[in-house]
Amino acid sequence: MAIEINGRKVETPHDPRVSLLDLLREREGLSGTKVGCNQGACGACTVQLDGERVLSCLTLAVQADGRSVTTIEGLGGDAGLHPLQAAFVEHDGFQCGYCTPGQICAAEAMLREIASGAPSYVTADLSAERVALSRDEVRERMSGNLCRCGAHNGIVDAILDVAARRAA
Amino acid sequence: MTPFDYSRAASAADALSLSGRSGAMLLGGGTNLVDLMRKGVERPMHLIDVSGLFTQIEETPEGGLLIGAAARNGAVAAHPLVRARYPMLSRAILAGASAQIRNMATVGGNLMQRTRCAYFADVAGSRCNKRDPGVGCDARGGFTRYHAILGASEACVATHPSDMCVALTALDAQVRILGVEGDRTIPIVQFYRAPDDRPDLETVLAQGEAIVAVELPPSSVLNRSAYRKVRDRASYAFALVSVAAGLDLRNSAIEDVRIALGGVAPRPWRAFKAEAALRGQAPTAKVFEAAAEAELADAAPLPGNAFKVGLAKRTLAAVLAELSGDGR
Repeated sequence: MAIEINGRKVETPHDPRVSLLDLLREREGLSGTKVGCNQGACGACTVQLDGERVLSCLTLAVQADGRSVTTIEGLGGDAGLHPLQAAFVEHDGFQCGYCTPGQICAAEAMLREIASGAPSYVTADLSAERVALSRDEVRERMSGNLCRCGAHNGIVDAILDVAARRAA
Repeated sequence: MTPFDYSRAASAADALSLSGRSGAMLLGGGTNLVDLMRKGVERPMHLIDVSGLFTQIEETPEGGLLIGAAARNGAVAAHPLVRARYPMLSRAILAGASAQIRNMATVGGNLMQRTRCAYFADVAGSRCNKRDPGVGCDARGGFTRYHAILGASEACVATHPSDMCVALTALDAQVRILGVEGDRTIPIVQFYRAPDDRPDLETVLAQGEAIVAVELPPSSVLNRSAYRKVRDRASYAFALVSVAAGLDLRNSAIEDVRIALGGVAPRPWRAFKAEAALRGQAPTAKVFEAAAEAELADAAPLPGNAFKVGLAKRTLAAVLAELSGDGR
C-alpha cells in the first residue's frame, strides 16, 4: 500500500476518509498544493495523477494507491524554476499566488493533452488530429482553475508563450 | 465524513457481492460522491471502488459503440471513434465540468450523479424531499433559477445536471446492468424515474446491481448533430438549457430526428413531442418553432425560471436551423 509522490514512495493512509489533498498538505508537508473550495469548484488543489490533471480535494488518498502523483514541488525543484513557473513570473500570471500551483499543474498536463490531439468544447473540427492552439483554446481548457485576482490574461499569455517556445 | 470502509472490486462478481450489502455504494471517480459524503448528504458504510473495471471503448458487431462504465469522461470525449461517429457525445462531455473533473469522472458515475440543487446539498439548513422523503422542499419559494420546468413533481423540482446523459438520451443509448438476480439492458429513457412523491428514487437500479456499460446503436442522425449548452458563464457551469439534436434530411424533408434537452427536467429530457412534430415535415424555421412550442407546451415554470421556457424554445429552434443549413 503505497503512493508515489514526486518520485518518493509514501504509505497509503489506513483511514479511507483522508483526501489526497490532506495527505499531501497535512501528512507529507507538501503545502504547495492549495485548499480552495474543497468541493471541486476552484481548481486550486489540482495535481497530476499518473500524468493527468485531477482535483486532489475530491480524490480519496486510497484511490491513488499504487499510482504516481506529481505536485508543484515535483514540477519545479532545486534545479530551478519550471518553464511555466518562469513564464508566469514574466507575464504577471498571478497576484496573490494562491491559485498558481494548481494553475501550473493544470497547464503542464493541458499542454500534453493538446499535444495528444485531445479536443475541447471550442475546437471547431473534432476530427482534426492536431489542435490549433489559440487564446480561446487555452481559456476553455483552463476554465477549471479560477483566479480571484483576475490574472487570467497573464496566465493565458504565459501558457501560450511556453507552448510557442516548445514548438519553435 | 461518516466512517466507512473501502475496497477495490477485483472483478464484476466481486463488485456485485460487495455492493449487495446494506449501506454499500459504488465509487467511480468520486467527483460527486466524495463531495456529497463530505457534505453529509451521502453516508455509505462501504465504498466499493469499481473505477478499475469496464474501462473499454469498442465497436459493437452491429456497428455501434460500447463504452464501459468506468471509462473516464475525458477519455470518452477524446476517443477517435467517439469523435468520428458520435461527435454530439464528445461535444456534450466537453461542455461539462472542467478538464480535471472529466479526467476523474466515469461514465457510470455520470449516469448516477445527483442533482446540484443547492437545497439538496444544504443538509444543515434546508428541507429536501430527495434527501429525506416527506419533509418538504425549500427550493419551492426559494432561488429557482436552476430548477426544472418540465417533468417535475410537487415534491421535487430539481434538475438532472449531466450534459453527457442528454446526448446519450438523444442517441438512444442502452444501459447494460449486471445484477445478482441477473443481467439486463434497458433504454436510457427508462433508466430514470419520474420524481413523483419519491424523488429520492432516481433510477431503476436496485441494490446489488451495477452499470457495466452503455451501448450506442448506429444512427442516421449523426452526420447532422450537435450539442449546444446555454449557461451563466462560458465554461465550467451547469446548463440553464442544453439541446442535443440530430437530423436526417432526405429529399428536403425530415426523415428522422432525435432531440433531448438538459437543464430543464429531473432527468435528461427526451423531446418526443418535438420529434413527432418534425418527422416528415420540411425543415423550415416555422416547423422548428412549432416543434419547440409542442415540446414546451406542458412547461410549468417556477417564479425564478420562467425565462427557461422561451430560452429552451429558441435554443431548440436555433440548433435545428443550424443543423438543416447547407453548410452541414
